[in-house]
Amino acid sequence: MKQKPIARFEKVLKKFGDNVVLNEFDFEVYPGEKVVLMGPSGSGKTTVLRILMTLEDIQDGVVYIEEELLWHEQKHGKRVAASNAHLRKMRKKVGMVFQLFNLFPNMSVLRNITEAPIHVLKIPRKEAIKRAEDLLEMVGMTAQKNMHPAQLSGGQQQRVAIARALAMRPKIILFDEPTSALDPEMVGSVLDVMRKLADEHDLTMLVVTHEMGFAQDVADRVCMFDHGRIIEAGTPQEIFTTPKEERTRQFLNSVINREDTVTAPTVQPDRDK
Amino acid sequence: MTYTQMILVLLNGFKVTVWVTLISTVMGGIFSFAFGIGKMSRFWPVRIISDGYIEIFRGTSLLVQLFWLFYALPLLGVSLSPMSAGIWALSLNIGAYGAEVVRGAILAVDTGQYEAAKALNFTPSRTLWKVLIPQAVVEMMPPFGNLVVQNMKDSALVSLITLSDLTFKAQTIRNETLQTVPIYVITLLLYFLLALVLTGIMKWLERILTTASGREGVR
Ligand SMILES: Nc1ncnc2c1ncn2[C@@H]1O[C@H](COP(=O)(O)OP(=O)(O)OP(=O)(O)O)[C@@H](O)[C@H]1O
Ligand SMILES: [Mg+2]
Repeated sequence: MKQKPIARFEKVLKKFGDNVVLNEFDFEVYPGEKVVLMGPSGSGKTTVLRILMTLEDIQDGVVYIEEELLWHEQKHGKRVAASNAHLRKMRKKVGMVFQLFNLFPNMSVLRNITEAPIHVLKIPRKEAIKRAEDLLEMVGMTAQKNMHPAQLSGGQQQRVAIARALAMRPKIILFDEPTSALDPEMVGSVLDVMRKLADEHDLTMLVVTHEMGFAQDVADRVCMFDHGRIIEAGTPQEIFTTPKEERTRQFLNSVINREDTVTAPTVQPDRDK
Repeated sequence: MTYTQMILVLLNGFKVTVWVTLISTVMGGIFSFAFGIGKMSRFWPVRIISDGYIEIFRGTSLLVQLFWLFYALPLLGVSLSPMSAGIWALSLNIGAYGAEVVRGAILAVDTGQYEAAKALNFTPSRTLWKVLIPQAVVEMMPPFGNLVVQNMKDSALVSLITLSDLTFKAQTIRNETLQTVPIYVITLLLYFLLALVLTGIMKWLERILTTASGREGVR
């Protein structure tokens, strides 16, 4: 797939106070590509997704989405910080599914999904409801459409959250550890929905997850993060069976060991400063 | 003076107290939202005005505010009736405290809610009114409940600007009859009754809003 990248980071600098999280960060994603991001806690995976979702700004470098600057605008031949209007336009291309679902508890399942299409995309209510119902069927949540999020299990909430993001028809959909807050028996149903999504050729997916089975099945490319850099990238086959980097091997071992233990230990931040 | 006569006079004052309390509570509620939200505005003049209002009315005594509106404003060319001055002073005062409640409750909503709304490209005002406030009002209710009762109790101060509320009437007939104990027993009971009713109303509102906010998973 050697076309133009749908998303591109160029020499991006991101810091929180003095803490430099991304430095000279380069990264490209191609249209329709399914990319899995892995790596130890604190290595910058979430930050990359949040920059694309415009939830986190950048201090230097540039990010492009479809060859258009995300965090900047050209004004009178000069490159200036993006206006709210520009960010609003760019955000339409991206959707995000959060680790803790973040459904709106004050709205029914159906309204969670129709609210933005109706009021942001301004599509007719009837059409928005139809779209929502189709998506609810796809994620297997039709029966719960009039319930409120608090009445649903975590896995069900996450499937609604996926439908909510898809209802905006984004070109890129971001998943930040979508199953890591779920009880083990709920993980499968969410991964199944994501596998279904991966069959859609046009949809670009960026998934932060430590589910190696899912990555194996779905990913065109697995990127290993460490200290704000991608230390190694390749097909799941390459990364999981013949990793070149010692750090990758260590990380994969820790993931496999964690899956074996009954009570998942909290991941230790891996920072040797 | 018979007890019946006494009660009738006090009930007349009680009506004024109820009226002043209700109107100033509703107006205070409006000020709470207007200035609590104003203090978080993207536009700095709105922020400054809101903050100035909140600080001035929380930082000075209600009595001084009452005297200002009733005795000082006329010298600047604005005359208010005792009723208007009382209602304005009480509602501006309670609104300043309420504004901090509103702001605190909105800021306390999980940031994930704000981020999800942003990811869906909601406008800031849609995020505020459809996502944050419906969830925040539940948090506001207990402190609002306290403020309402507080406001009712503060309303006794309007007797000092000649408004014939319950306290004013009590003092008047006490001066006339010197039946201090029964007069103040009835006065106390009436204030207490009003507090009970107001607290009940606030609890009921809180229950409705809790359900509407989806907290309990009830439809
Ligand atoms: N809002 C924030 N304020 C300050 N520091 C932050 C903030 N968000 C992230 N960081 C820091 O940025 C670094 C990268 O964080 P990030 O969340 O991107 O890591 P991650 O790879 O997603 O880790 P995890 O697997 O734990 O989710 C960490 O050192 C973290 O402490
Ligand atoms: Mg993360």
